[in-house]
Amino acid sequence: MKILVCVSKTPDTTSKIAFTDGNTKFDEAGVQWIINPYDEWYSLVRAIELKEANPAATIHLVTVGNADAEPIIRKALALGGDEAIRVNTDNSDAYYIAAQIAEVAKQGGYDLIFTGKETIDYNGSSIGGMVAELVDSPYISLATKFDLNGTTATVVREIDGGEETAEVTLPVVVSCQKGMAEQRIPNMRGIMAARTKPLKVVEPIAVDALTSIQSFELPPAKAGVKLVAPDNVAELVRLLHEEAKAI
Amino acid sequence: MSVLIFIDQSEGHVKKSSLEALTYGADVAKQLGTTAEGIVLGTVTEDLAALGKYGVSKIHQVSNAALNNVDAQVYASVISEAATATGATVIVFSHNQTGKAVAARVAAKLKAGLVAGACALPNTSNGFSVKKTVFSGKAYAHVNILSAVKVISLNPNSYKTVATEGTAVVEALAVTVNEPKVKITAVNKITGEVPLTEADIVVSGGRGLKGPEHWGILLDLAKELGAATACSRPVGDAHWRPHHEHVGQTGVQVAPNLYIAIGISGAIQHLAGVNRSKVIVVINKDPEAPFFKAADYGIVGDAFEVVPQLTSAIQKMKAGA
Ligand SMILES: Cc1cc2nc3c(=O)[nH]c(=O)nc-3n(C[C@H](O)[C@H](O)[C@H](O)COP(=O)(O)OP(=O)(O)OC[C@H]3O[C@@H](n4cnc5c(N)ncnc54)[C@H](O)[C@@H]3O)c2cc1C
Repeated sequence: MKILVCVSKTPDTTSKIAFTDGNTKFDEAGVQWIINPYDEWYSLVRAIELKEANPAATIHLVTVGNADAEPIIRKALALGGDEAIRVNTDNSDAYYIAAQIAEVAKQGGYDLIFTGKETIDYNGSSIGGMVAELVDSPYISLATKFDLNGTTATVVREIDGGEETAEVTLPVVVSCQKGMAEQRIPNMRGIMAARTKPLKVVEPIAVDALTSIQSFELPPAKAGVKLVAPDNVAELVRLLHEEAKAI
Repeated sequence: MSVLIFIDQSEGHVKKSSLEALTYGADVAKQLGTTAEGIVLGTVTEDLAALGKYGVSKIHQVSNAALNNVDAQVYASVISEAATATGATVIVFSHNQTGKAVAARVAAKLKAGLVAGACALPNTSNGFSVKKTVFSGKAYAHVNILSAVKVISLNPNSYKTVATEGTAVVEALAVTVNEPKVKITAVNKITGEVPLTEADIVVSGGRGLKGPEHWGILLDLAKELGAATACSRPVGDAHWRPHHEHVGQTGVQVAPNLYIAIGISGAIQHLAGVNRSKVIVVINKDPEAPFFKAADYGIVGDAFEVVPQLTSAIQKMKAGA
């Protein structure tokens, strides 16, 4: 069985969000980069668990990004996975990225493709669906559980107002979120092993980007908090009703 | 040229987020000087013609019972075919669970640029750019769509529903409905609860409540307000509350009218998921809690005393009003 895990590099969750070049570029100064938490905690760890249950399985990681993404891939390889593929581009259009992953997927003939539920920077939640469409596979979005029995997967996924259990025959594309697995910390052996795992760099295929970012904007700052004394809760209720019109 | 809005339904009922998408799509159509049409899949019990009051002139219905459950692949092929057949150049979804499953597939199928998580009308003065939330709510991006056909999925609770007069023409649409490859074996809907992303009011608790046995005061307040309940990540991780209640950068992102945070410190990752709330109230015993900086109203006090008083003060207000 061959598993492809999509990994993306995102700013650390505590990063200060600021923009440069007339608000057209994310300000990377002082930013720590991490593996997108959904990719790391859920899809990668679940793939590793599947390989632990079936050592014949192979796990490939794929990232679409420039060379700056390599430390992140090594970090991911330290958790597990056999080799990594980096598609060398810094285009950020979801369709462009999905088309690159779909190309890697077609070349590699994977049974299972995992993505995170979304990235914590662009929050599109769209790569998994696009890849699924481009490789013509079923798509399980927002999965919270994934079990495999031969080539039949049993999954639980989030739907509006609840969850759904379903069965699907591989190949399938799955977007992973909380519930799929528990976060792991890489150990020394993993970190050492990651250094020598193959990291293949491939050039992107020609695809037209369908979107481009024009500019960024920060939300307006709050005016400041109005404090109400704890023994005067009625005043808070009055403010919420009359001033804020929120209740 | 027209705008096609996907109307998401659950057990025959049109969702609130779809009414927002309808209003939004109708406004996009007005901007472009064209008509707005809806599409609904599966068996619907509601009066579809009445949805005309949100500004759509026509509703295409594919009332095949096989479409009562969402299958991303089947839905995408039906909606894409419908979009092509009706000449739609803009397709609008809600960025809810269904939208997240389907919109991206439709976009890829039609080679249409997608803005997922839109929060305002497009700017068409120079091209076609749509504002969306990025960095989990810490910022916005204006994204140009470069393709002829465009797909937009609208964040729930970010566009106000406006109902006026009007009825829509409801028409059956003949499209190919494929056999789903995913077999659904069980559906487990949480009934009687306000869905978190659609709620007007959210009451949320953190580690300050000290344990699941203390959630009663929060649930009472939520019940009094008709609010959905949420929690911080450690509360979800410790299984004090179900994990679908976890809000923040790595949980659900919400934008209610009113967010009441009880015993939550206001870590940057928590704020990311809630700072688009219109009004934020913080109840925390620590005056230095970072959440106060992001709040509109606050009480520095012990949640175990303040929250029950708040519930009864609201009861009193309602009785008096
Ligand atoms: C990569 C990453 C992602 C993360 N994602 C998220 C996320 O999505 N969502 C999220 O919530 N967190 C997230 N976190 C965790 C976040 O950093 C905080 O640790 C977490 O939000 C703290 O939860 P809390 O406010 O409930 O608990 P604490 O920080 O422990 O705060 C408890 C608060 O309760 C107050 N309190 C105590 N007793 C009382 C009382 N009797 N009455 C009133 N107030 C009281 C205290 O003063 C304190 O402010 C993430 C962290 C990381 C590293």
